[in-house]
Amino acid sequence: MVKATEQNQAGRYGKFGGQYVPETLMTALIELEDAYKEAQQDPAFYEELNYYLKDYVGRENPLYFAKRLTKKLGGAKIYLKREDLNHTGAHKINNALGQALLAMRMGKKKVVAETGAGQHGVATATVCALFDLECIIFMGKEDVRRQALNVFRMELLGATVVSVDQGSGTLKDAVNEALRYWVSNVEDTHYILGSALGPHPFPQIVRDFQRIIGIETRKQIIEKEGRLPDAIVACIGGGSNAIGMFHPFIDDEDVKLYGVEAAGSGIDTGLHAAAIADEKEGVLHGAYMYVLQDDNGFIQEAHSISAGLDYPAVGPEHCYLHDIGRVKYEAVTDQEALDGLQLLSRAEGIIPALESSHAIYYAANLAKEMSEDEILVICLSGRGDKDVQTVRDALGGNYDGK
Amino acid sequence: MMANKTLQNVMEAKVAQGEKAFVAYIMAGDGGLDALREQILFLQEAGVTAIELGIPFTDPVADGPVIQEAGLRALATGANLRAILKTISSFKEEIQIPLVVMTYLNPIIAFGIEDFVQACEQSGISGLIIPDLPLEEATLISDELQGTDIALVQLVSLTSPQQRIEKIAKAAEGFIYAVTVNGITGVRQGFTEQLEQHLSNLKKVSQIPVLAGFGISNAQQVEEISAMVDGVIVGSAIVQAFHEGHKEKINELLNKQPV
Ligand SMILES: Cc1ncc(COP(=O)(O)O)c(C=O)c1O
Repeated sequence: MVKATEQNQAGRYGKFGGQYVPETLMTALIELEDAYKEAQQDPAFYEELNYYLKDYVGRENPLYFAKRLTKKLGGAKIYLKREDLNHTGAHKINNALGQALLAMRMGKKKVVAETGAGQHGVATATVCALFDLECIIFMGKEDVRRQALNVFRMELLGATVVSVDQGSGTLKDAVNEALRYWVSNVEDTHYILGSALGPHPFPQIVRDFQRIIGIETRKQIIEKEGRLPDAIVACIGGGSNAIGMFHPFIDDEDVKLYGVEAAGSGIDTGLHAAAIADEKEGVLHGAYMYVLQDDNGFIQEAHSISAGLDYPAVGPEHCYLHDIGRVKYEAVTDQEALDGLQLLSRAEGIIPALESSHAIYYAANLAKEMSEDEILVICLSGRGDKDVQTVRDALGGNYDGK
Repeated sequence: MMANKTLQNVMEAKVAQGEKAFVAYIMAGDGGLDALREQILFLQEAGVTAIELGIPFTDPVADGPVIQEAGLRALATGANLRAILKTISSFKEEIQIPLVVMTYLNPIIAFGIEDFVQACEQSGISGLIIPDLPLEEATLISDELQGTDIALVQLVSLTSPQQRIEKIAKAAEGFIYAVTVNGITGVRQGFTEQLEQHLSNLKKVSQIPVLAGFGISNAQQVEEISAMVDGVIVGSAIVQAFHEGHKEKINELLNKQPV
């Protein structure tokens, strides 16, 4: 049996993970680990979390049988796990909520976070409004431009949004600034990291709060089909929706798992965000992972049409799952993701997030190769409202892209 | 017991003479790699105890704006870890004071840890400061340093609890780098009130010299903080002085030390 859940005390997944952070943050990480361990033993913590997940986020969300899409592709039965129907429109709120409750347990009244697409920023700003926490969000300058409406959304929710113009002005630079801010304000501030990234215990905490996706999917597919799916597909930015979906299925070796990275303009152009496809190991933002970098160890800028996948590394547990061959990692280009977005919009009346569209495109091809009695689940990590402007620009304002 | 490493001997000798150490940080490659020799020899001439050689990196999370910008300038000239060490080795005979390389971890991993240590030895490097390598992960590098004369300098922060300070102090070699602020490198107006107590506690716990750094940016701060420990590390102010071509400011920083 594959033991992806096993990790030693330093937060290692095989050789990946660890805690590569300045000494100033070590105490905060140890404190967080202790607080989380304590919370895990406290039924009241989960009672509160589950209350908000149900009555505030709107869980459980449906596992929807995409009948027309299935028919159109003529292969496996396709189900969509509808994370797009969560309050705030993506899976990010599952983690933001859990971590905000943890922050309050630790007596911290201030929260800092980074955001790429703005989904994690919106989710964090939302829970901060809900619990009356002070909230500061760092966002790359380029993303502020691409996701202008989400910036305004965060501000409406009472958060302070800081535009980061260092580096490429995208997600990695926002994480750098959020880390700098956290180092400087560590005594009263919790950092709500938005993906299954960063130093231990973040990858574990984020995964655990996102596991609800896979736990519900498992229960729902058994209710509907009386068995587990044959394949599951999820997109990979840092890897939080994917690990949350995959984790409860890791030990079911008959369930094939596919993680879809962003191939940007194409892997061979060098302009992409597919760190696993690149297979270069290194350390970024506190963890040993696959990281896009040059021969000098300088981190390269990631490229993707979707702000949420525009990150030059992939969380440590995915790196490990790649190494042991339990999950197959593939990559889908900007153009293909746009096709996936249009496909689902027309076939089912659901406009997916550009991030999720990567999974949809890959899954559509996979479904065609599968037989009609096989089952395929796609993690629909978010809705596409935030991307409509970007998609419109990319398609030249012409819906058919002609 | 193994003999102490050169870096520690130099610091201890300074303390034994009743003097305070002064470590100057520079961003290697800021002004071009050609400027490195001149910068190092200038600082040596000015009387610094050791030089901390900053290696530019794309994602310097422990650094403030001054060093970030210097790093970007250095990157733009094509400076990198390999090229910097090679440049140093070309004039190492002229360097009489310890050089301590300060680099983030990833360039070392990309270099190859073994090859990196070898290149450091060939360039006469006496110490390493790796800001994103806390005690928990230190063996990654320290195992490779065994039997060399290169010290792995440990950082202690204001947030480190007593037990942890003791653990770090035990593992430390060369000197202990006491981070004086909760935050990143850069120019600061002042320091917290707990700093004096924190530093005096650290001095008590540590068997080896304690140097304080982060935010020390004028002669008065050099004097004040030096009085609490065995010496100081000055970064942003020196980087800025070189960049602006005001080397006399570096002399000013040095002259005000209590000797
Ligand atoms: C809708 C959506 N899906 C996926 C992602 C990618 O993140 P992760 O890989 O952590 O799920 C994002 C990130 O912003 C997102 O907004």
